[in-house]
Amino acid sequence: MATAAIAESSAAPHGEHTHYTTTGLENRKIAMWTLIGSECMIFASLISTYLVYKGRSKVGPWPHDWGCKTSAIVGKTAAAVQAAGCAAADVMKPVLDIPITSQSTFVLLMSSLAMVLALEGVENHGKPGYDRWYKGSRFWLAMTALMGAAFLGYQAYEFTSFVHEGLTIRTNLFGSSFFTLTGFHGTHVAVGVLWLVSLLAIDMKRGLKGATDVLLVDIAALYWHFVDVVWIAIFTLIYLIQ
Amino acid sequence: MASSAAPAPAFAAAPAATGQSGLWSWLTTVDHKRIGMLYLWTSLAFLFVGGTEAFILRLQLAHPNGQVVSAEVYNQLFTMHGTTMIFLVVMPLSAAFFNFLIPLQIGARDVAFPRLNAFSYWVYLFGGIFITLPVFFNVAPDAGWFGYAPLTTNQFSPGIHIDFWVLGLQILGVSSLAAAVNFITTIIHMRAPGMSMARMPMFTWMSFVVQFMLVLAFPAITIALFFLQFDRFFGTQFYELAAGADPLLWQHLFWIFGHPEVYILVLPTFGLVSEITPTFSEKPLFGYNVMVFSGILIGFLGFGVWAHHMFAVGMGATADTIFGIGTMLIGIPTGIKIFNWIATMWGGNLRFTVAMKFAIAFVALFLIGGVSGVMHASPPTDLQQTDTYFIVAHFHYVLFGGSVMGIMGGIYHYFPKMTGRFLSEKLGNWHFWMFFIGMNLTFFPMHFSGMLGMPRRVYTYDAGQGWDTFNLISTIGVVFQGIGLFVFAYNFLKSWKGEKNAPGDPWSAGTLEWSIPSPPPEYNFAQLPIVTSRYPLWDIKHPERTAELRHSDPDTAVVAEAHGVPMLEQTETRTAKALGIPMPFPTIKPLFAALFMVMLFASLIFLHTASLQVAVVSMIGTTLLFIGAVYSWLTSPLE
Repeated sequence: MATAAIAESSAAPHGEHTHYTTTGLENRKIAMWTLIGSECMIFASLISTYLVYKGRSKVGPWPHDWGCKTSAIVGKTAAAVQAAGCAAADVMKPVLDIPITSQSTFVLLMSSLAMVLALEGVENHGKPGYDRWYKGSRFWLAMTALMGAAFLGYQAYEFTSFVHEGLTIRTNLFGSSFFTLTGFHGTHVAVGVLWLVSLLAIDMKRGLKGATDVLLVDIAALYWHFVDVVWIAIFTLIYLIQ
Repeated sequence: MASSAAPAPAFAAAPAATGQSGLWSWLTTVDHKRIGMLYLWTSLAFLFVGGTEAFILRLQLAHPNGQVVSAEVYNQLFTMHGTTMIFLVVMPLSAAFFNFLIPLQIGARDVAFPRLNAFSYWVYLFGGIFITLPVFFNVAPDAGWFGYAPLTTNQFSPGIHIDFWVLGLQILGVSSLAAAVNFITTIIHMRAPGMSMARMPMFTWMSFVVQFMLVLAFPAITIALFFLQFDRFFGTQFYELAAGADPLLWQHLFWIFGHPEVYILVLPTFGLVSEITPTFSEKPLFGYNVMVFSGILIGFLGFGVWAHHMFAVGMGATADTIFGIGTMLIGIPTGIKIFNWIATMWGGNLRFTVAMKFAIAFVALFLIGGVSGVMHASPPTDLQQTDTYFIVAHFHYVLFGGSVMGIMGGIYHYFPKMTGRFLSEKLGNWHFWMFFIGMNLTFFPMHFSGMLGMPRRVYTYDAGQGWDTFNLISTIGVVFQGIGLFVFAYNFLKSWKGEKNAPGDPWSAGTLEWSIPSPPPEYNFAQLPIVTSRYPLWDIKHPERTAELRHSDPDTAVVAEAHGVPMLEQTETRTAKALGIPMPFPTIKPLFAALFMVMLFASLIFLHTASLQVAVVSMIGTTLLFIGAVYSWLTSPLE
């Protein structure tokens, strides 16, 4: 029956049970790209707010400048602040610690490399000669999650030390916009870690193999790389540019 | 597969034994058509809530120094009228059509993510209830639908009124975003063979543009709301002027969302009208390509004109000029559309059904609203008009005369497809004329009261300023609209229970959704159609109407020929199982995921009404429940 031929040809194009799609790609991949588009606008709004509020805080601590606890004196060095009349006990350090954050940035960027290797491994499952690649995928997946968790650890350390230096989310505009922006990013990393751990659990249980599982890892990788790219923007605009 | 099954007789009674009735089946449904119906019913219910709020507002303003409600209640009513009509009525009414029509128009069996679709609906329902309930306890939001901060911070809006608004809008945003991701994927990915982008029906095209606007515009308000939420609940300083905050931050972020939102509200209606006018003019849509591009252009320009809502804040001449000119530019693609609808009707064989009347009224009324919009695109003119009833007149002409009238036309047009039953044309005429007369009586005089200086959002006014008569006429107009609404409700409920006598193609229309029985079987298309032109049904039934259209390029013709079937009216009414079509399982999990997510947002209210401990415990508990529901959902098979 000719009519059935259409139904058959379109319902099962590759022999396995999948739905017909116009482009031949999988739905979830398009959905993830769409979501990433939306996330770009989320982070654009957060970053612009941070930049608009840069330098508008009425009280310290400041991101890159020395300040004074008891008055609105701000300067480039501790000496400048003291020269302007700030008692030594009242001098505030700039809070952003670029060396420490450079380390955490390095860890996060390397996690993207691990993610690439993990995906590469899963994609090469069953190919002759690629056995070692496939076996490595679990290790690299675990490494990605671990490095993500390490980044979160750095962030927890950073947040705690800021609070000790007198900067909370309520202190000034810098505190509000900084903690909100980096907190949003940290939450995204945390969701990513949870996601990677879930993939690991599937891998432990039944092994990640076949086209459907490659897609699972592929989508997680898309998300993970996006979160990394956003961090590059945040690190540059918030930490490096003074 | 279906190869062994015998063909079904034409228009056989659809089998009732598909487990498609009862409350449980509605709670667990993942069928895009039933979810569309849920959207339709819910948003029409909210239309009555929003309408009642408007009616009380107009009663209060009928005479000078009205005593119907207090100033406090009036603030809550106008805030909730706007919020309800925009987020709970017009957007979800559009969503009802997105759900019902997009898969049918592109020849798909469902949306890309059926369960995510159910999730969107339940989030909308619970969010809608969450934001509406406080109306009945006198704690409704009371700072306008745009919720300007710092007015909405704790300092100026103490209490929990605004808390409901902030959290409610966050919840509704999640619903819109999830739905938009779903529909973008559906339209890109699920089109039937031969359904190229250049053959998509105009409703699907306009919806496609709208989904992109949703995805890109909602983040701005999401972040603005997060800031406000953090300010109110956690003591951040985003809108704290004493700490150096910018009083315009909210306005910018809000209108970066808010202006695209205007087109989000009206573009789906553009699409519906572009389906109705060709059908009842018995001519293809005039200037299809231009209609597509003008829609896309409106979408683009819509992102670049937000600050015309802020001329009064004093941004300076340069900004005012740029945003003024940008706003006037939008008049060009919109004008093109108006001319194309007229040209579609020109020389056509017009049939004045109720749907067509609504569509024609839409073109005329939207034009009036559009022209007054171009007037206050000019900053000096706007300074005279801003915050007066002139603006109220303008946006009711575009949102009521535009969106609502067009959507009503869509309901009359698609009701037979949705239910297999006709709405009464006689009652529909009453509905139409009551709405048409009522809306003009209500909103036209507002141009005058506004020009005479009557301010918006003020609960009463003194006599002797020349506003009395105009206000009384406006109130009388609302009575007409109310009668129209009740006639519609009666018509809708009566037809819902009425005789199932609508054929697959009751209006002699040309697009795919009319090629299948009414109501469509759960799988929509027994065989995925092969599409070779923009009006595939007319090609077969009325070739004279499409004679001048460019037709199938050679490759699709070859495909169709290879399978030996042209696209014909499909009359299969057997179950999906009998046809061997895999259908997604019904599931309750999206409902629970939605419920727990809404509860998570709602838990924040405990910070202001109960103790920190209660709030934290509640938030952690609902978060765990939500994650559990999502895991359970993602690990269960789709079909």
